Amino acid sequence: MEYFLQQLINGLTLGSVYGLIAIGYTMVYGIIGMINFAHGDIFMVGAFVALIAFILFALTSIALPIILILVLLIAMVFTACYGWTVEKLAYKPLRKSFRLAPLISALGMSIVLQNYVQAAQGARIKTLQPVIQGGFNFFKESDFVVTLSYLQIFIVLVTIVLMAVFTLLITRTALGRAQRACEQDRTMTALMGINVDRTISMTFIIGSSLASVAGVMFVMYYGVIDFYIGFLAGIKAFTAAVLGGIGSIPGAMLGGLLIGLIETFWSGYISIEYKDIAAFTTLVIVLIFFPTGFLGKPDIEKV
Amino acid sequence: MGKDLIQKSLKDSLFTGIIALALFGPIVGLRTVAKNEVLVVEPKWLVVLLIVIFCAVGRFFINIYTFKKEQRRGEASSFGKAISHFLDEKGSQIAIGAIAFSIIFPFMPFADRYWMDIAIMMMTYIMLGWGLNIVIGLAGLLDLGYVAFYAVGAYSYALFAIHFGWSFWICLPIAGLFAGMFGILLGFPVLRLRGDYLAIVTLAFGEMIRILLLNWYELTKGPDGLTGIPRPSFFGLPFKRYPDEGVETFHTFFGLEYDPMQRIIFLYYLILILALITNAFTIKIRRLPVGRAWEALREDEIACKSLGVNPRNTKLTAFAVGAMFGGFAGSFFATRQAFISPESFTFIESAIIVAIVVLGGMGSQTGVVLSTIFLIGLIEVFRDFESYRMIAFGGAMVLIMVFRPKGILAKRKPTITMGKHG
Repeated sequence: MEYFLQQLINGLTLGSVYGLIAIGYTMVYGIIGMINFAHGDIFMVGAFVALIAFILFALTSIALPIILILVLLIAMVFTACYGWTVEKLAYKPLRKSFRLAPLISALGMSIVLQNYVQAAQGARIKTLQPVIQGGFNFFKESDFVVTLSYLQIFIVLVTIVLMAVFTLLITRTALGRAQRACEQDRTMTALMGINVDRTISMTFIIGSSLASVAGVMFVMYYGVIDFYIGFLAGIKAFTAAVLGGIGSIPGAMLGGLLIGLIETFWSGYISIEYKDIAAFTTLVIVLIFFPTGFLGKPDIEKV
Repeated sequence: MGKDLIQKSLKDSLFTGIIALALFGPIVGLRTVAKNEVLVVEPKWLVVLLIVIFCAVGRFFINIYTFKKEQRRGEASSFGKAISHFLDEKGSQIAIGAIAFSIIFPFMPFADRYWMDIAIMMMTYIMLGWGLNIVIGLAGLLDLGYVAFYAVGAYSYALFAIHFGWSFWICLPIAGLFAGMFGILLGFPVLRLRGDYLAIVTLAFGEMIRILLLNWYELTKGPDGLTGIPRPSFFGLPFKRYPDEGVETFHTFFGLEYDPMQRIIFLYYLILILALITNAFTIKIRRLPVGRAWEALREDEIACKSLGVNPRNTKLTAFAVGAMFGGFAGSFFATRQAFISPESFTFIESAIIVAIVVLGGMGSQTGVVLSTIFLIGLIEVFRDFESYRMIAFGGAMVLIMVFRPKGILAKRKPTITMGKHG
């Protein structure tokens, strides 16, 4: 029971990270109908920016809460630049092209980003000293002490806050309306006087900044990153997006939590060596049996 | 017009400079290095400054150039178009010339060990590209996990050859069969999926196979890999300087001096023949009912269904045949390297093969050759700049897609046409 509870806590934390990345996939898929293969690597860039920022701030004597906010903001701004540039360079010229072209160019972009970070920052793993330490311990009298660390609380809280802000953005603002309109019909939206290019750019900026927050959390939670983390995290987050129903934003968050839970329970109870297989198996099963996911709209085939 | 344009371009390049600063500032400018087990930041502002200036100036000239081009639009004919036109016209002569060149290649004066190794590597990729072209180019199924079949072929070859001591020519078809079976096994549940989803699922399968190879220590020796895979022999004549007692070797049988190049040349011809078989098979099968069904399915699945083509079986055959050729290439890889480990079968290999097929122009056999020479050549040219070569590779993928989204040889000649066109 205590073990189960611990896995639940860990799973929810991990799920928050995946959920934040998954939103980027789902938004981009919803609006331009492509799998943004480089999104996982955008997340990795976010983690690196956060790492550098943490190292720099560690030299100063700023209070911890302010450091955290600053790091989040810095990571969001710089990573958003990456998302924006990737879209401008690799996807925008291909918007009217045939189906596979953007996917291949995204694949190329992902290779570029990975190797660029490897060239600039080195191939060795980077370790960060724990930023937030300590936590609450439960069931102290039993054999297995359940820990809920402050870091985990921080991660889940930030995710909830971001989700709330983000939901407001999508449902209440002009930008959100424009995005939803673009999702339904880009040509019509353009005819209504909405700048479609700008809306798509904004989608990439928002998606990338959310991914960068996930990157900040990842580097704080695991303390170890390298240039390759984006690949696996990207696939898992994509699985999350599919699980929740691609195109659906609450679905992405839900899917993220589920994938986080599945992965933690799998490694807790079944086998830690095969923990990545858990995510892949889920992906395959979901795609075969529920291709629309939990909250997705069914895809009607038209002749 | 001039002043206005220059002012606009300057503004734009300033903006580019700012973006470049934001992009490269933290990642390039602040390199993290471990000192006494603690990470510290090492500033490299000069590099960033150079990159930013380069981006801004480059942007300025691109702006001026595209503006001038817009003024005389329609004059310039595309270079790529000219190439593909040329290849259409003289296609068969060039193909014969290329095959003839590849046959005499090992006897060229410059063909030393280094060139032969590159040629063998390119041939392997060409064969993989041709194999995958059946799946992507003909049947239109984007398979991002092709390396899984390559791995299955390599491992089944290695395991059979090591444990049973069977010769290359027995193990090769077995490896192909195994890979083909895996193709059916993996293909069966997922072929209902649409393009992008299929791509992701095949990617997941590819990774699953790799993880399995990495962790199934009893069978695959995990990350240590399999060593001592037997080298191929020339119809039973091994390539050895000091053979075992009473065994005739290649050089003694033909009365030649021993030379390690003999084995390399043999390997080269082996992969050349395998690749040409793949090519001949593809060209042939395109004209058979199943090949026509593949191409029809690629163009319009619903129309095919209504005409009585079973899409699942048709796709499965494409998957299985493609996988089988991947398996052949895998067993060649195993016998050439004499050592295999899961390291060789990462996702990046799949990405390279897919890039070869798509960048060549999907469905074009010549395109596969051209893009292999270009991409693998690019990787070779950058060999001394270890991590920059993959940047160049990925960048080339993006650039080709942006400028020629249908690949180098974009024009697709229909395999069958109604009547004769004048």
